[in-house]
Amino acid sequence: MARTLAMFTDTSLCIGCRACQVACKQWNELGMEVPEWTGTYQNHTHFTDQTFRLVRFIEEPKPTGELAWLLMSDVCKHCAQAGCLEACPTGAIYRTQYGTVDINQDTCNGCRYCVSSCPFGVVAFNASSGTAKKCTFCNDRIHNGLGPACAKACPTESIQFGFRDELVARAQKRVETLKGMGFKEAQLYGADSNGFLGGLNAFFLLLARPGTYNLPDSPKLPQRNVVVDSLLSIGSAVLVGLGALLAFRERGQGGGDA
Amino acid sequence: MSLSRRDFLKFGSATAAGVAVGSRGLDLAPVEAAATTLKIKEAKAFHGVCPYCAVGCAQLIYTKDNRIIDIEGDPDTPHTLGRLCPKGAATIQLSNNPLRPTKALYRAPGSDTWEEKPLEWMWDEIAKRVKAVRDATFVEVEKSKDGKDVVVNRTEGLANLGSACIDNEECYLLTKLMRTLGVVYLEHQARV
Amino acid sequence: MTTNLIDIQNSDVIMATSNMAENHPVGFQWVMKAKERGAKLIHVDPRFTRTSAAADMHVPLRSGTNIVFFGGMIKYAIDHNLHFKDYVVHYTNASFLIDPEFKTATDGGGLFAGYDAAKRAYDQKSWKYQLDAEGNPKRDLTLRDPNSVFQLMRRHYSRYTVEMVERVCGIPKEKFVAAAKLFCEASGPEKTGSITYALNLTQHTNGVENIRALCMLQLLLGNVGRPGGGVVALRGHANVQGATDLAVLYQDLPGYHPMPLRDAHPDLKTYLEKTTPKSGFVVNRPKWVVSMLKAWYGDRATKENDYGFDWIAKRASADAYSHQHIFVDMYNGKLKGFFAIGQNPAVGGPNAKLARAALEKLDWLVVQDIFLTETAEFWKAPASPPHREAAGTKNIKTEVFFLPAAPAAEKDGTLTNTMRLIQWHEKAVDPPGDVRSDAEHIYQLGKRLRTLYAGSKAKRDQGILALTWDYGDKHPDMLKVLVEMNGVAIEELRDKDGKVLYRKGEPLKTFADLRDDGTTTSGIWIYTGATVWDAEGKVVNRTASHKKGDEKDYLAHGWGWSWPANRRILYNRASANPAGKPWSEKKKFLWWDPEAPSNVPDKKGRWVGLDVPDFNAFLAPDAKGGDNPYIMRADGKGAFFGPLLDGPFPEHYEPVESPVKNLLSRQQMNPTAKIWKVGDKRNELAGVGSAEYPYVITTYRLTEHHLSGVMSRYLPMLAELFESHFAEISHELAKELGIANGDTITVMSPRGKIHAKAMVTNRFKPFTIDGKKIHQIGVPWHWGYNGVPGLPGSKGDITNDLSATVGDSNVFIQETKAFCCNVKKGVV
Repeated sequence: MARTLAMFTDTSLCIGCRACQVACKQWNELGMEVPEWTGTYQNHTHFTDQTFRLVRFIEEPKPTGELAWLLMSDVCKHCAQAGCLEACPTGAIYRTQYGTVDINQDTCNGCRYCVSSCPFGVVAFNASSGTAKKCTFCNDRIHNGLGPACAKACPTESIQFGFRDELVARAQKRVETLKGMGFKEAQLYGADSNGFLGGLNAFFLLLARPGTYNLPDSPKLPQRNVVVDSLLSIGSAVLVGLGALLAFRERGQGGGDA
Repeated sequence: MSLSRRDFLKFGSATAAGVAVGSRGLDLAPVEAAATTLKIKEAKAFHGVCPYCAVGCAQLIYTKDNRIIDIEGDPDTPHTLGRLCPKGAATIQLSNNPLRPTKALYRAPGSDTWEEKPLEWMWDEIAKRVKAVRDATFVEVEKSKDGKDVVVNRTEGLANLGSACIDNEECYLLTKLMRTLGVVYLEHQARV
Repeated sequence: MTTNLIDIQNSDVIMATSNMAENHPVGFQWVMKAKERGAKLIHVDPRFTRTSAAADMHVPLRSGTNIVFFGGMIKYAIDHNLHFKDYVVHYTNASFLIDPEFKTATDGGGLFAGYDAAKRAYDQKSWKYQLDAEGNPKRDLTLRDPNSVFQLMRRHYSRYTVEMVERVCGIPKEKFVAAAKLFCEASGPEKTGSITYALNLTQHTNGVENIRALCMLQLLLGNVGRPGGGVVALRGHANVQGATDLAVLYQDLPGYHPMPLRDAHPDLKTYLEKTTPKSGFVVNRPKWVVSMLKAWYGDRATKENDYGFDWIAKRASADAYSHQHIFVDMYNGKLKGFFAIGQNPAVGGPNAKLARAALEKLDWLVVQDIFLTETAEFWKAPASPPHREAAGTKNIKTEVFFLPAAPAAEKDGTLTNTMRLIQWHEKAVDPPGDVRSDAEHIYQLGKRLRTLYAGSKAKRDQGILALTWDYGDKHPDMLKVLVEMNGVAIEELRDKDGKVLYRKGEPLKTFADLRDDGTTTSGIWIYTGATVWDAEGKVVNRTASHKKGDEKDYLAHGWGWSWPANRRILYNRASANPAGKPWSEKKKFLWWDPEAPSNVPDKKGRWVGLDVPDFNAFLAPDAKGGDNPYIMRADGKGAFFGPLLDGPFPEHYEPVESPVKNLLSRQQMNPTAKIWKVGDKRNELAGVGSAEYPYVITTYRLTEHHLSGVMSRYLPMLAELFESHFAEISHELAKELGIANGDTITVMSPRGKIHAKAMVTNRFKPFTIDGKKIHQIGVPWHWGYNGVPGLPGSKGDITNDLSATVGDSNVFIQETKAFCCNVKKGVV
């Protein structure tokens, strides 16, 4: 296994330009989607099989009464304990030598357990290929020494790409700097390898509590209770699994907070 | 120019070694081997400049068989460091876009449709119309305020608008031609 | 832009008056870098935008009140002694004495001396310096003389108090003082601040004065020509700087020579006499103009025929031919044939409904573009109230020619960016089908016209026949065009000692070598130096240089080529003190090295540092003119007192349409603004404080779209990023009108109305103007009736149907940043 790679998204540097969102579509040749009215600049409403990077726009008054417009580029977290990977019955979802999580499109059978198993609502089903889709961490690029398309495009280095250990150290310093500048709620999300899901290989610096960004405070692996068990049982298990899928998918559409 | 080290990030040397190992088939899973095929690896790269705003982000345009397959920021660019905005990142769709007309089109007076026309016909017909308007509206000499005859060589029957979205050389040719034809209504979107 | 995007990182404070994060995101990284280094960002904007989100302080002000803001800053700096006195005394005209007859607007009830109400224009005879016996301006270096520019400026802005700023702009006093303190304290030898601007300042009936006010503040604080300082003009199109340099503009010729006027410039001699000052660098204008004429007309341009000067059209009047004049005159039937090249006035220009109606009056229209724009398809336009067009397609007799044009990736050429950097781009693929570069379309038109006029003996046709127009068979060779723009030696050129300077045909290395005797060409003098020859006589295209910057050269002089003379920061002589030493170690940039070799044998001394000197490199600081950094001005000084058609000092006037009376003076609007009268009620205006149109509206762009949308609404990857056309309104206004987020609303002005979805947001807040609540709304202007078929929201109503045909006094720019509207729920 090579040294783990990561993406560190520092929302304090995000200007919400959506270069990442478009660069991702361009490189990965993802298709057009008809947007929905969100009431803000955000489009689309959630991750889909055609949208792997998604910029969120959150209007939130500061404690001073002044307005803050929290901007955050969200993406697959490439969790160290990845719900999707653990739920995948065919082994199509695998961990690369760099620690990222990818879906082998040739062996994915379209069962969608992964869709319901993602605590962040990231994985989506593509009807035409009959497979699950999500951010690949630009697998083709990183295996050739290129950074992911989103990180490369990002004008303000809000999305940083590199070795995980180095990025975590940088991120920790950054939190301290921001706290010194008066951002009292500045915090890392998913940087800690001993924290939830064994740490995220796409981790974040947030300026407010995770819930403000529609992120779960302490995400868990739902399949440990539902999907994996169902796999082990026989007969009616498939129906149970489908029920779980629908339930989680609906919640996923609510903004990714399972 | 082909894809070279210029586009690699610092970690490139580390993984370049990893790729080399993989390509010798030592211990990469088949899926990872597949992942090592990079669509721009065999592509030609050209120096581009983003056609949107005036920051002037230099781009690398990757092509295969006379088709653009990828456009990214050029990381060597001192004033942009290879970054792009969403518009710059979408530049490829200015070229690869089914909505682009690829034929010259003509709409006759009163018609409700376009007709395709050969380019030569278009250029000839436009030139004839320019000459006709110029000749009909041309003012060669005019009295100035103090009553003197001044050569003004001007037509007020023709106007040209644009463009801040074309190249310098194109602007130069346009100005040179229009001013010599006598065109005074000459503008671009400097104020838009 | 006087500076360079890279250099913004050296600013101690940045005042963005533009929405830089949204409109120039990649340039904005340098602001973020400055912030990482401890700089503060102030965002002055009516709206809370993505720039405000990144700012340390957002200062919202009512649209159209920027001069009050800048005037208040100028007053604050002077009152608190925060101006950079040494800089102001030595490098600006603050110490110059003005004719005692001159009166500021403070003494003239909002008017300067010399206003002629009948002409709606100024007689500027008192707007001049007092001269001594030798004809030099009189100065008072103590700045105490009541007729000194400094004291007059102080008097002029005496009304611009913090209380006045609060009443007019709607900025609470404390907030304004905090911003003024933060910005004005970044002054003096150790600190610098930069100010960004874009169309937020220019699209007003006092647009040019807005920019002047900004520049005056920067001069006052000593922020021009120094690292981390500057006037950061952020331009919107890939080549808006280049198209302006190349003068695809009504008022000038390539390289900023005035487009000849019939009455003032009857012949070349008079033209050059009137446009060439007695001092300053522009004394060289005759060399530049003659070289341009030689580039255009080759051998046919001779001394005897004024180098073909008469073949260039002469304007009948200075008040004519601009963008807005074009559409008024077109509507009135004066224009017969019209080219729209890479521009979409059916959507993008002011009073767009008038523009579309005007297109119907043409005999023919040629549109050259990548996609079928709304201008190309104006004859398919949906009816737009209240002028529901009765004509119908059948009755529109305009012939339309659409020439498909190639985007940059499909052609060679150069683009000049917002910091004057010229970059060459390569043709990566052939354009598909019959698509051709704009150059080829233009070239072919010229070739055919030359054939049609071949053999003509008429004098009026000789210019077309004289035109140098040979760049290859089909597609013109762009490098050949660039070399012509650069200029060459027509014959072997020698210096006065007989040494060969240039071989015949060799590109000139610098505009200093241009001559007015017909031996040099240069299509545009400021681009001279962009191409040179190598030892073998092969052209080296310096705009295609790709050398990265490094620690020794952070401004990366080896990347592209920047006009003029590859300088990256203009007026950089001002980065050293009058004695030629850096103002401070921290802000060291260009300085006089008395030991460096001179260009004269046996002499020493030259300007050295981190940039090409924007100055005579060998002119010692103590020599005559050695402390004149503003070389393009006759007096060599930065101008606080700078006569424009609407005054020598910026004065606040309300926008033509305003909900309130002008509190600064009894002059409601710019007394010299251009107001067009257009028939058929096509340019109606709302009165002051109109009850029918009570809200301020501002129009703007979004990161995800481009201008009139031709390069974004047709691209699925961009068009999908907004669900539909929308208008941003405050929660307060939404509540008053019963509007919920996502409701369809109608926005109306006296010119037209549009429908859009309401985006109700905290980012808009009502202003308190002189104690009264004033609502402001905002509407982006990217939408039109064409788009991606699968994305209904990529099409939408045309925001510019609301704006008016009114213009600034100096350049006739439209007032689309501040006018009046009404808002109703639903489709009205």
